[in-house]
Amino acid sequence: MSGFMERLTGRVKLDGVFAVVAPVLAVVFAGLVTSVVLLIAGNSPVDAFTTLIDQGSTPRIIVLILNTAAAYFLSAVAVAIGFRMNLFNIGVDGQYRLAALLAAAVGGAGLLPGVLNSLLVVLVAVLVGALWASIAGLLKVTRGVSEVISTIMLNAIATGLTGWLLTADRLGVLNGNAIGTKPIPEDAHAPGWALIPGTPMEVNSFLVVAIVVGIGYAVLLNRTRFGFGLRATGRSEPAAVASGVNVKRMVISAMAVSGAVAGLVGMPELLGGSYQYSLNFPAGLGFTGIAIALLGRNNAVGMAIGALLWAFLDSSSNALQILHISKELVDIMKGVIVLSVIIAYELVHRYRIVAAQHRVSRELAAPAGTEGAAA
Amino acid sequence: MGEAAITTAIATEPAVELKGITKRFPGVVANRDICLSVAKGHIHAVVGENGAGKSTLMKILYGMQRPDEGEIRIDGSAVSFHTPADAIAAGIGMVHQHFMLADNLTVLENVILGSEPRKGGLAIDFGSARKKIREISDAYGLGVDPDALVEDLGVGDRQRVEILKVLYRGARILILDEPTAVLVPHEVDELFDNLRVLVREGLTILFISHKLDEVLKVADAITVIRRGTTVASVDPREVTARKLAELMVGSELPSPETRESTVTDVVTLEVSGLTMADPGAGPVAKGASAEELRAAGVRLLLDDISFTIHKGEVLGIAGVEGNGQAELVEAIMGMRPINAGTVSLAGADITGWSTLKRREGGIGFIPEDRHRHGLLLEAPLWENRILGHQTREPNVKGIWIDRAGARKDTQRIVEEYDVRTPGIDVDAAALSGGNQQKLIVGREMSGEPALLIASHPTRGVDVGAQAAIWDHLRNARAAGLAVLLISADLDELIGLSDSLKVILRGRIVADVDPASVTPEQLGSAMTGAGEETA
Repeated sequence: MSGFMERLTGRVKLDGVFAVVAPVLAVVFAGLVTSVVLLIAGNSPVDAFTTLIDQGSTPRIIVLILNTAAAYFLSAVAVAIGFRMNLFNIGVDGQYRLAALLAAAVGGAGLLPGVLNSLLVVLVAVLVGALWASIAGLLKVTRGVSEVISTIMLNAIATGLTGWLLTADRLGVLNGNAIGTKPIPEDAHAPGWALIPGTPMEVNSFLVVAIVVGIGYAVLLNRTRFGFGLRATGRSEPAAVASGVNVKRMVISAMAVSGAVAGLVGMPELLGGSYQYSLNFPAGLGFTGIAIALLGRNNAVGMAIGALLWAFLDSSSNALQILHISKELVDIMKGVIVLSVIIAYELVHRYRIVAAQHRVSRELAAPAGTEGAAA
Repeated sequence: MGEAAITTAIATEPAVELKGITKRFPGVVANRDICLSVAKGHIHAVVGENGAGKSTLMKILYGMQRPDEGEIRIDGSAVSFHTPADAIAAGIGMVHQHFMLADNLTVLENVILGSEPRKGGLAIDFGSARKKIREISDAYGLGVDPDALVEDLGVGDRQRVEILKVLYRGARILILDEPTAVLVPHEVDELFDNLRVLVREGLTILFISHKLDEVLKVADAITVIRRGTTVASVDPREVTARKLAELMVGSELPSPETRESTVTDVVTLEVSGLTMADPGAGPVAKGASAEELRAAGVRLLLDDISFTIHKGEVLGIAGVEGNGQAELVEAIMGMRPINAGTVSLAGADITGWSTLKRREGGIGFIPEDRHRHGLLLEAPLWENRILGHQTREPNVKGIWIDRAGARKDTQRIVEEYDVRTPGIDVDAAALSGGNQQKLIVGREMSGEPALLIASHPTRGVDVGAQAAIWDHLRNARAAGLAVLLISADLDELIGLSDSLKVILRGRIVADVDPASVTPEQLGSAMTGAGEETA
């Protein structure tokens, strides 16, 4: 039987109505817990939620939600690729930051004109992410180092490395007091479209990239030989070995693919917002990705919904301050959602296993009367 | 053979009496009208096929589940258990099939865990616990050292610790769930000696098993369970293993015999000088031969093993478990590196091939532990069909998984191999052991393998599935398949094999003719006693 970690990281699938019921219940439950917190603090939950939703449905915030969600989703996919084969890639955070810094430096140098430059930036980011993540894969395969430990340490190293590189005599350029990489030329900025009426703000083209990556992820995992080997290794490594899957190669390739997607995480911001890597570049997206991958159970659609929900909570939380409620309230909400979704999945999973066994024995016993059953 | 009970009169007062026990699970009746009477001071065996309802019955008796109907009497008085604690209080102890011991604690700590004797309110009174454990160990001849670390103990010793644990809690009635499943033959004998001492001291033992020879050797009374109900109570002195098996199955028994030979002179598998050093022995010289390694004092898991299997031949490997069988299989499958020797399949040297290439080259593999190596338990049957065949038709087209092809072929296996399942979308975990095994056999037989490695192909499956698997092996052999058969079931080995080799401490020590050998002779050859007789 599967262990708790397998179920936690979603390698055990839930089908049909269960896959939907569990997260919905978790979100509702999180809403209730948050309401209790609000009541204790002397605020009206109805007002708070109404404000969140009102704010979240303004055109400007909708665009913000979509753009933020794209990065969150990419991060979740990167984490999910590892999860599907029992690898805990906690290093998405370091991978995307290092990738974004080096890609920003290459882009800022303006080696290629126009759209070729933006493609080069993306390519560099993907390669750096893949290479940085492969270090953890190599260490695991050759030295048996747990990827949990090595990716956490690689995050710290990435932080140090970006800090060291982002100095004036290396990749950094001083602009007043702020230091950042040389800005990427305007002709290499990612295009955007003012899709949402009522605001001039543009929906970044990386939303499309995120959707394509999501589809690619689902197809790769579910429809290809590589994906089958990856999932088989995740479900049972001994069975995969006996079936001829080269587990070592699979560990390295899975880490590399995970890191490659992680490399994309910083791109919506780099090519669609800041156009340079500076000290203000968003950090922590890798950890958001872990939460969203858990929430969406590594399912592309599930993670998309999770990413939108997270982006909604983050983007509209500022409005709570109108009601003199701390915007950190949404952090409580996110925390409770993750915790309760894990509990809900676990309960649903246990119910489903028992139900499946009963169903099988019932369907088999029906013609043969009261045929024996193993308890 | 009808359902008529062969009942022997039991003179002594029953220690346990079950009357009309019925337990229903949604949609299933696990136990139905169970009647069982266990005399005090007896070893009472409960036998039945996998899934017959033995475990449910024992869970009821141990308070883990409550019966829907029926009555339990202990020493003549009716009881009702809500939890195992109630059963323990009534003097019932359970020794589980899988040991529940903490490896990093001592025997003493394991035994008192959960019922620690107190001294002065807080401190644990190790002194009195140690004294009590010694007393129990001496009284019942268990020979357990309270201060040994559990991780240093062998399987037999661990089992004695488990028995001591329940005795320490005052059990007078012991339930042993498949206690011999994890033991090698001499440990089984030791266990039986222990059990005889226990009953001589007045304890009562309920012994659950489906190994009939053992049951006949040790039990004072036997009750047979079939399809959730007790069908007979028999006296072991008046019944044969065959008769007992027929009671268990409810019909004539299948037999593994295959006599007319289909062996050809075309060599399918040739193994020569296969040598594997114990990885625990540290690094050894690359390419060192068996002699050199032996001279260097390295323990060899496989020591210079050579044999050939021809087209249409079943080669059986007999041996006490842990003498190199698993390593041999993994070496031929390319799952573990070897130090010396070659493996060739149909004339091609495959020594350097990966597991995948060997599988593609025509090796089918029924692994010893189907849950660990043979299946993805939480994946649907059709995905399990792809496992091990993930590069071949009909499962894939190029780099793509061919869902339709895999599903269609899974349906074929389900039909041809009589896998009892409501469909190919249920998870493998939901099937019974016998049906999981039939699925694996069907999968490994597909794609026309040249060689099948069958490791304990019928272990833990019910008699019906066993007969079906034997049939498939026989048919495939007649069609020219070469089979390497590893089994602990000596009747299966003798019955199916065209030639037999005995493995002991990693070496082939004897060739045996399956046509003339008896299980007894084979058994003694396996322990090294009969090396020269073969």
